[in-house]
Amino acid sequence: MQKRILMAKTGLDGHWRGPTIVARALRDAGFEVIMIGMANTDDIVTSAVDEDVDLVGLNVGGHIDVAIRAIESVQRVRPELPIFAGGTITPRAAKQLEALGVEVYPPGSQLTDIVDAAERLTGTK
Amino acid sequence: MTEATTQPLLASALDGDRSSLARLLSHIERDPRAETEIRTFLASKETESVVIGVTGPPGAGKSSLISALLPHTTSSFDRTAVLAVDPTSPFSGGALLGDRVRMQNHGLGDRVLIRSMASKGESGGLARAAATATQVLAACGWPLILVETLGIGQVELDVMDLATVIAVVLNPGWGDTFQANKAGLTEAGDVFVINKADKDGVQQTRADLQDSLSLLQSPVPIQIFETTAVNEDGVAALWQGIETYLADAQATGLQEQKLRTRRRRLLMRILQSGCEARIESYCCSDHGSAQVERALAGELSIGALQADLYANISQPE
Repeated sequence: MQKRILMAKTGLDGHWRGPTIVARALRDAGFEVIMIGMANTDDIVTSAVDEDVDLVGLNVGGHIDVAIRAIESVQRVRPELPIFAGGTITPRAAKQLEALGVEVYPPGSQLTDIVDAAERLTGTK
Repeated sequence: MTEATTQPLLASALDGDRSSLARLLSHIERDPRAETEIRTFLASKETESVVIGVTGPPGAGKSSLISALLPHTTSSFDRTAVLAVDPTSPFSGGALLGDRVRMQNHGLGDRVLIRSMASKGESGGLARAAATATQVLAACGWPLILVETLGIGQVELDVMDLATVIAVVLNPGWGDTFQANKAGLTEAGDVFVINKADKDGVQQTRADLQDSLSLLQSPVPIQIFETTAVNEDGVAALWQGIETYLADAQATGLQEQKLRTRRRRLLMRILQSGCEARIESYCCSDHGSAQVERALAGELSIGALQADLYANISQPE
């Protein structure tokens, strides 16, 4: 049965190409991808719960603190839920995210690597 | 998830636990047997919930319209659940469920619950589990449920089976008088919406629809509304129209009649899935599969196979 992935953007309402292409690749790999677009922490937490997703994909834009707040809030409600992140993430910010158990796919990551990660994190493969 | 978890999950969802409700919805999507179990269990439970079906072609603005309606629905009904169906790819089995993008900024907090659902190969404009999911939401105390169908063409009208009122969303320039008089979509609507009404062609579309609708026999007048959902134009009037329709439908007995039809369809579906399960187990049994093989080889006529099947599945379990 199809696994469900929540795709959300934190920070700015722009740079849509990345998450859109990633969502498309995940769809083509057989996932049900729930797009919520630009979202604040509450929206992301509510969506993760109500949509009963198996994985959260965060597109990080803007300040890393916003993403960290969202991640910590999701982890409070669903500690077992895996999260991975992409977008414009500096090496320093990547370390902060990884310390929270989040896998990071910075610019230049291959779509196949992202799909592989989604399969591994949801236990599809 | 095993069968044993269905009942505790249902109990906890009925108790108002939101994450149990969310998990229960996934459970019925994934497991047809659990869905049947829950559907049968809830069939006897009466609810007062109002279900509004929102349907129409792809890109008509169904999600945007629902988003614009939410402040109105929550002011009348306090809480609103939205079940939004989007297509599953027939190629990969995956789906991009994007309705939520348009509904995100309602700012109404926990008073709104949005659930996205993939159609999973169903061809009636909904997903297999959509009707049961609606039942579950109603049983869990959501007083108003908005069901958004796939973008549909002309006859994918499964939403008729579960909605109290159906809003058909179209756009200016949609078809002509012949299109408006074709069977299907224009017969199913209780309320019509011409969305994106800031574009050219509204008057012509309204006139074509009006002509077609004037020939329908409905005890409650069918109205046409014009909206531009993205800037909320006309949405308050639409909501007022839907509320008027609901009141009229109740007063004239139309709602009662629709409810009876719906309950009958639901009952038929429960009976059907029971029969299907028996046919399935016949075909999987040693005797049944041997009979099927004989029919395929031409040694047994289809009529004889049918007679043998009926004789076998009519025994009480």
